[in-house]
Amino acid sequence: MIHGNEGGTPGRLPSAFLTPGSSSFTEFLSGHAAHLLPGGRPLPAGSVPEVPHATTIVSLTYEGGVVLAGDRRATMGNLIAHREMEKVFPADEYSAVGIAGTAGVAVELVKLFQVELEHYEKIEGTLLSFDGKANRLSTMIRGNLGLAMQGLAVVPLFAGFDLDRELGRIFSFDVTGGRYEERHHHSVGSGSLFARGSLKKRWHPGLDAAGAAAVAVEALYDAADDDSATGGPDTTRQIYPVVATVGAEGYRRVPDDELAPVVASLQAREGSRS
Amino acid sequence: MTMPFYVSPEQRYKENADYARRNIARGRPAIVLGYDGGIAFITENPSRSLRKIGEIYDRIGFAAVGKYNEFENLRQGGVRYADMRGYSYDRSDVTARGLANVYAQTLGAIFTETKPLEVEIVVAEVGATPEDDQIFRLSYDGSVAEQNGFVAMGGGADQITTGLTERWRAGLTLGEALGLAVELLGRDPAGTAHRELTAAQVEVAVLDRLRPRRAFRRLAGPLLERLLRSDDPTTDVPHTDDKRPGLHDTLTGDGDGEQAPSAGEPPAGSEG
Repeated sequence: MIHGNEGGTPGRLPSAFLTPGSSSFTEFLSGHAAHLLPGGRPLPAGSVPEVPHATTIVSLTYEGGVVLAGDRRATMGNLIAHREMEKVFPADEYSAVGIAGTAGVAVELVKLFQVELEHYEKIEGTLLSFDGKANRLSTMIRGNLGLAMQGLAVVPLFAGFDLDRELGRIFSFDVTGGRYEERHHHSVGSGSLFARGSLKKRWHPGLDAAGAAAVAVEALYDAADDDSATGGPDTTRQIYPVVATVGAEGYRRVPDDELAPVVASLQAREGSRS
Repeated sequence: MTMPFYVSPEQRYKENADYARRNIARGRPAIVLGYDGGIAFITENPSRSLRKIGEIYDRIGFAAVGKYNEFENLRQGGVRYADMRGYSYDRSDVTARGLANVYAQTLGAIFTETKPLEVEIVVAEVGATPEDDQIFRLSYDGSVAEQNGFVAMGGGADQITTGLTERWRAGLTLGEALGLAVELLGRDPAGTAHRELTAAQVEVAVLDRLRPRRAFRRLAGPLLERLLRSDDPTTDVPHTDDKRPGLHDTLTGDGDGEQAPSAGEPPAGSEG
């Protein structure tokens, strides 16, 4: 038996590190160093000043996988806070997470989620099931409820390849940790209203990865057209949306040179109509 | 209240050390050695689920001999330490030296306080060049030593170390390094019988210098068999994962894994 001796010998691992049982990094942190968790810090009274917000994320399935894409704009009130923000991240080899909401908290949450999945892999020697991953993310968002009530909400979209069912799946969440499986496609964030309309018309069964990526770019293009907080593709600065595909072969970020022709054809189509 | 018999610290520590050493020497040995493309871990272990070798972090691996429950506990503690450090600082701030330090303090404290842990462990980190590789060996009493190129521990470790000192050199290929290690593991400490260990009897892993982030991969299946055969041209591991979907912690060389395109390892700690 190893008994903890907190503060006994400086530099040794505290007993929490050597307590067997948990393969969750978040659970370990909440017991040992809760201040490192996004929702684990006490919030001072008063209102939160204007902070950057991340906006539109779209996701849709294709034959054998799923596409997750996000625009690059972060807004702060009426200002553009950042024009090259990345809001779509690999969670592990077979899943991706896109974020809308308060950028600072969301990025911290994604970082924690990435460590959580890798930590489980290293401790247990296996991958978490797809539903298991979605549940872990759900728990983390629930932990953030206090911040959400102060206006610092995070609403992720989780998509990936389910290795057991061998298909792409999409999960959306609400601020209380509610978890909802979406059929075929979904979008979150300020421009989601317009993106959803676009997805509804453009998605069809039998899409391949490249076709689905093009549909995602078009949905973001439509969202940027009508929502000021969503950034459209910026061909002057060569800033394209982040588009990721996740299939049996794993996470893949679609390179900009594959997105450029898609954007060019969208712009040409708009140009021909004016 | 009865007074316990007085035992001098010297005698108590000596008894503790003898106890730990005796039990560690009963177990199968493990070898950690550098090769031109990284660091290899190898031990005799017929089990595919109770591992003696493990991944700690991106560039750091772990090997142990002795009592399973005790070193498995230390491994998990190390993973928690590394993940927490990488999460609160940066992935590049997690080092084998830092981990070896906390392990040394932990082992040392347990050695003087309670029953000593019957384990010996190695923490190794693969660097950008072979000169940057680091191999630390930690004993049951918390003593720590940085080893140059190779280390052997467990039963018959002295004899294996002699063999490695004579025959290990910098720049061995993985095939040569594993061949040497398997031959030394198969030697009977008494020096009489000589066993041929097969791929199924050994647990092997590498820290592959050329991998972008997580360098640790286990080796098994046809790939390991080819590496262990001296008449086979395979001398290194493929730098891409098996094509088969699923957990990619093991390279087996099944199918056309070697020519497989990169399975798309998530990039390091992506920041927004």
